[in-house]
Amino acid sequence: MSAAPLIDIKDLRIRFHGDDGRVTHAVDSVDLSVAHGATLGLVGESGCGKSVTSLAIMGLLPKQSAEISGAIRFDGFDLLKTSDQTLRDLRGNRLAMIFQEPMTSLNPSLTIGEQIIETILRHRGGARRSARERAIELLRRVHIPSPERRIDEYPHKLSGGMRQRVMIAMALACDPRLLVADEPTTALDVTLQAQILELMRELKAASGAAIILITHDLGVVAEVCDEVAVMYAGEIVERAPVDELFSTPQHPYTVGLLGSIPRLDHRADQLATIEGMVPNMAQPPAGCRFAARCPFVLDACTRAPPPLMEISPGHLSRCIRAPLELLVS
Amino acid sequence: MALLEVKGLVKHFVAERSLFGRALAHVKAVDGVSFALDAGKTLALVGESGCGKSTVSRLVLRLIEPDAGSVRFDGRDLLSLDAGALRAFRREAQIIFQDPYASLNPRMTVGQILTEPLALHNLMPPAQRRERVEELLRLVGLEPRLARRYPHEFSGGQRQRIAIARALAVEPKLIICDEPVSALDVSIRSQILNLLRELQDRLGLAYIFVSHDLAVVKHIADHVAVMNLGQIVETAEADALFAAPRHPYSRALLSAIPVPKPRAKSSRIVLQGEIPSALDPPPGCRFHTRCPYVVERCRSDMPKLVPDGIGHATACHRMSELPSSEAIVPADGGFSPVLEKLVAAFSGGTEAVRGGGVSSLGTDPA
Repeated sequence: MSAAPLIDIKDLRIRFHGDDGRVTHAVDSVDLSVAHGATLGLVGESGCGKSVTSLAIMGLLPKQSAEISGAIRFDGFDLLKTSDQTLRDLRGNRLAMIFQEPMTSLNPSLTIGEQIIETILRHRGGARRSARERAIELLRRVHIPSPERRIDEYPHKLSGGMRQRVMIAMALACDPRLLVADEPTTALDVTLQAQILELMRELKAASGAAIILITHDLGVVAEVCDEVAVMYAGEIVERAPVDELFSTPQHPYTVGLLGSIPRLDHRADQLATIEGMVPNMAQPPAGCRFAARCPFVLDACTRAPPPLMEISPGHLSRCIRAPLELLVS
Repeated sequence: MALLEVKGLVKHFVAERSLFGRALAHVKAVDGVSFALDAGKTLALVGESGCGKSTVSRLVLRLIEPDAGSVRFDGRDLLSLDAGALRAFRREAQIIFQDPYASLNPRMTVGQILTEPLALHNLMPPAQRRERVEELLRLVGLEPRLARRYPHEFSGGQRQRIAIARALAVEPKLIICDEPVSALDVSIRSQILNLLRELQDRLGLAYIFVSHDLAVVKHIADHVAVMNLGQIVETAEADALFAAPRHPYSRALLSAIPVPKPRAKSSRIVLQGEIPSALDPPPGCRFHTRCPYVVERCRSDMPKLVPDGIGHATACHRMSELPSSEAIVPADGGFSPVLEKLVAAFSGGTEAVRGGGVSSLGTDPA
């Protein structure tokens, strides 16, 4: 823990300016850091800001409509202040990303080989022939059968699981220090999901890269992450080491999420539900953003936004009622 | 007697035609599927994408015509029904789709959407329909005044409630739920699952539940049929299947469930190789290309689904030789003691929490 983190996000705020003049608060005061070789899970439901955060890290948000403030320090750079040229040098090189839908993120008119080789030549240079050899090697590393032959195939010839492996091979082409994976297994069947998660673990062990895994699937989080950040309505509401998050969650939203997934070993006639709706992010509520849906709400919750407080070492919660176990003991 | 009895169902789609329209290649989407479902029960069809589970659900409703086999519903042979009788049958069996954004007509109000089935089946005089619409909305947990709104004014979970209300309008005995919660967020998903269960208890509905989410299946199903490449490889009561899956494919499928418990013990079987194409399924057992227990016989002889006499049937030549599968499904250990209490308090509302509720002082009295 003594070493500086690989990536350090401080007070990240992202606002989108719509055509009609409406301002949407997509992300508010997000602080995150990931150590070398660690895996951070970023969880939350649609619209909570988890994907927007990842796009901000990659510098992929539209400049015209997105207003970003804060700092994202990575490898000596502040990614929010670096030039486009530097960002292009970092992306695909020390900073790589995998998206949810491998069909739309591969170019359908180029063979998978050409796409991987392009990445290698762009960042590493060298001869085309050696780049091709490296591409074959990468395909072998992600367990694509007969890579010498597959390398000349077009994306449409490959199945969903294969395409996601090609995406991973491409992301790994230049040995990234940080891999941002946005719902990498959501479009896949459980058997393929298991293969891809296994592969990500393998690669992490081999390369020591850090991973930010964005997902809504708490099962996937439990399986591969060391630390978890739960997002709700643009804010991080809880951050904890993975074991603690699942055993003693400290934010009511996390409790609701954990209670609403069916368990294999726990027969419940009724699952927990989170009543109500996500607040309108054009006018976020003055107090706690979860207050309107929270069964543990107090008057004080709706008056001022609660700060993110440390409940126990490394375990933070944005809830004035934490530690929650005192409420039920 | 079973409400629904399906025997030897076959559907091959033409994948490619010659210049003159002769079929060149077939996708064997469903190839000899049989099962039965009792009134008031839930049968889940599970398997990977392309295994034929959605096709089976559409064949049961005769939304597409099977090539062979029989479907008996409430004692009637569905495949011999003429157009009028088929229409009458549709009153008794309905379907809910995955995408609540695509399955509701955006130009109709919710009231119109719910009145349409009543009018089509001439279920009640127009004067009473409005009342029935209000009743349906209340049944699925929506306020009756919402009948004047259009689908785009609702969230995904609310739209799925509307789709359920539409299915319920004709008072069916069977509802086919084709991935009804896959497009929904976790917290909304649990609301819809709770609703489906409540409605089943209250109205005695039977469900065919098509899903790839196995924890959801364990939660909702009485029986499960595991499908691979157009065939059922194993069928059993849900509890029996999840306690000890028998077929190597079911073992791999269930062992791959990611459970919400860090460092869960897992005896995961990671299948190697790709799912073979249904265009050209492998001969013999269709799972043999990926099966860790494959022997010569599996490559040539297709195994039959053999019942064990106590409701568990498996299609595998090597069933008696396979190792025990009792520890194959990962244990998620349920909730931790603290989480158990917290979830109960969360669901119980404010009164369950010590010192909870909105106090006038606005401070935590605890």
